[in-house]
Amino acid sequence: MPKQRVIPGFGLSMGITIFWLSGIILIPLAALFLKAAGLGPGEWWNILTSPRVLAAAKLTFGASAAAAGVSMVLGLLVAWVLVRYEFPGKKVLDAMVDLPFALPTAVAGITLTQIYAPTGWLGQYLAKWGIQGAYSPTGVFIALTFIGFPFVVRTVQPVMEDLGPELEEASASLGANRWTTFRRVIFPLLVPALITGFTLAFARAIGEYGSVIFISGNLPMKTEILPLLIVAQLEQFKYEAAAVIAAGMLLVSFALLFLINLLQRRLNWQTR
Amino acid sequence: MSVSIQSIHKTFGSYTALDDVSLEIPDGSLTALLGPSGSGKTTLLRIVAGLEFADPGSGRVLFHGEDVTEVPAGSRGVGFVFQHYALFKHMSVADNIAFGLSVLPGSRRPAKGDIEARVHELLQLVKLEGLEKRRPHELSGGQRQRVALARALAIRPKILLLDEPFGALDAQVRKDLRRWLRQFHDEIGLTTLFVTHDQEEALELADQVVVMRNARIEQTGKPQDIYDEPRTSFVYEFLGEVNKLDDGRYVRPHEIELKFAAEEGVQVAGRVSHLFVAGPFARLSVVPESGSRREIEVWATREQVEEMALCDGDIIGLRFPEPKPAARPQGKAK
Repeated sequence: MPKQRVIPGFGLSMGITIFWLSGIILIPLAALFLKAAGLGPGEWWNILTSPRVLAAAKLTFGASAAAAGVSMVLGLLVAWVLVRYEFPGKKVLDAMVDLPFALPTAVAGITLTQIYAPTGWLGQYLAKWGIQGAYSPTGVFIALTFIGFPFVVRTVQPVMEDLGPELEEASASLGANRWTTFRRVIFPLLVPALITGFTLAFARAIGEYGSVIFISGNLPMKTEILPLLIVAQLEQFKYEAAAVIAAGMLLVSFALLFLINLLQRRLNWQTR
Repeated sequence: MSVSIQSIHKTFGSYTALDDVSLEIPDGSLTALLGPSGSGKTTLLRIVAGLEFADPGSGRVLFHGEDVTEVPAGSRGVGFVFQHYALFKHMSVADNIAFGLSVLPGSRRPAKGDIEARVHELLQLVKLEGLEKRRPHELSGGQRQRVALARALAIRPKILLLDEPFGALDAQVRKDLRRWLRQFHDEIGLTTLFVTHDQEEALELADQVVVMRNARIEQTGKPQDIYDEPRTSFVYEFLGEVNKLDDGRYVRPHEIELKFAAEEGVQVAGRVSHLFVAGPFARLSVVPESGSRREIEVWATREQVEEMALCDGDIIGLRFPEPKPAARPQGKAK
């Protein structure tokens, strides 16, 4: 007798799933690789190792990783404040965390550029420290932090809410001080959620386009990101080259996310 | 170490959890805090642990004569076992048990080898040898409970506190672990205080039972004394099944004598409305002929029921025990 399932229609739901995945992910990706395959391996190599592509790749992946890392710390802090403390305006702050999700990225980019430009509200102070806010790799990093940190907050928050007071009380009654309790009891339990948040923020940052193109200044070799480079290729009707860069970016991203997932799985197994 | 609780008040906002509670816990005793949920028993336990603090200026908690009212949990030297164990799920069993030792400041922390030896000793004590590398999720409920106990004992507490220690376990494990805990207490002789809502558990396990209700202590005493001589109707009703007779008297079902209706000495005649025989025991519900609304619950032996050839609907006679002076509780029944 076949096993009874709670939700009927495995055939139907699986069919829709495959159709949907094919329509929006598999077929477009296949088309991308097909296009890129129009060029031989030698040309692939030449495009992907050209100094301009390498510089953009370095900036894209580097700034994304740095921004996701900082988002992880900031997001943890914000989640902690939202879960642990009661204060006036808490609900408003909680809702504000989602703004970067909803705000058109171009608006975010323009606003951040205004504020962090060397003459802007905050940029002028950065300038005094010798840091150029907008139109620099720092600007790219700022924009990516802005769009990344809500992911960390929203993944860590529910886990933190579920922890409950008992673990801390147990730790305290065994003589641990607050810092030790955080370091040895609470933090390890948040790590899987933090990594998930990091991964989402990182993935989002790699693909981010709208906000970065306004704040970066788009100087080739300096502040140009890969998505912009792809668009630049398209504008010059170099469709194959654009596809090759996109495919290379996709492969690297996939490899990185896969690695993070493996790490995650190991940790999950440990803290199940 | 003896514990003395002196007129403690505890309120949470407008809710009173403890109202002028005083209690003496003798050194080396096993004391049960017994009461329905909301009676304040867990709050009292947490105040002894230092996880909760009494209302400022209300009263004191003394450990062996020393005032610890303001001392935080970590410095009181108490072992606390949580209802749902609160094990650190990302740590192995051994790391869980060693936690209290490993967080000691450097000067007082035992050497690594000594900690390992202590963990091993505790694992032996709670009969979990060989499981040190397991993680909490790989253990059964009873095993987790014992890990939690070993973790609490690792810091050599002077008092052991257990919050509903058997609450989350199934019936059989519960019974085994209950006996084991009694034995264990007799071996190590640590002053122990535990919270329960199960009267059977409190009566079987404790040297001293503290019955609580509505933020107050209703009665304190040896299990037998509390069972035999309840001071209030609440205690009477809470400690096992009881019949309240028309004259206000309380009679336990096993104290009632079964007779034929025409026999001498019958005080109440009634119709058996329900007869239930399980193993060697029989339980009867009897509706008095007098027209009283109250059904009377009677426990008898199966032998007796078979001898009298009782069936549902039979008319039988009941005889109640001579009233003891103390068996007439003061106070109103709920």
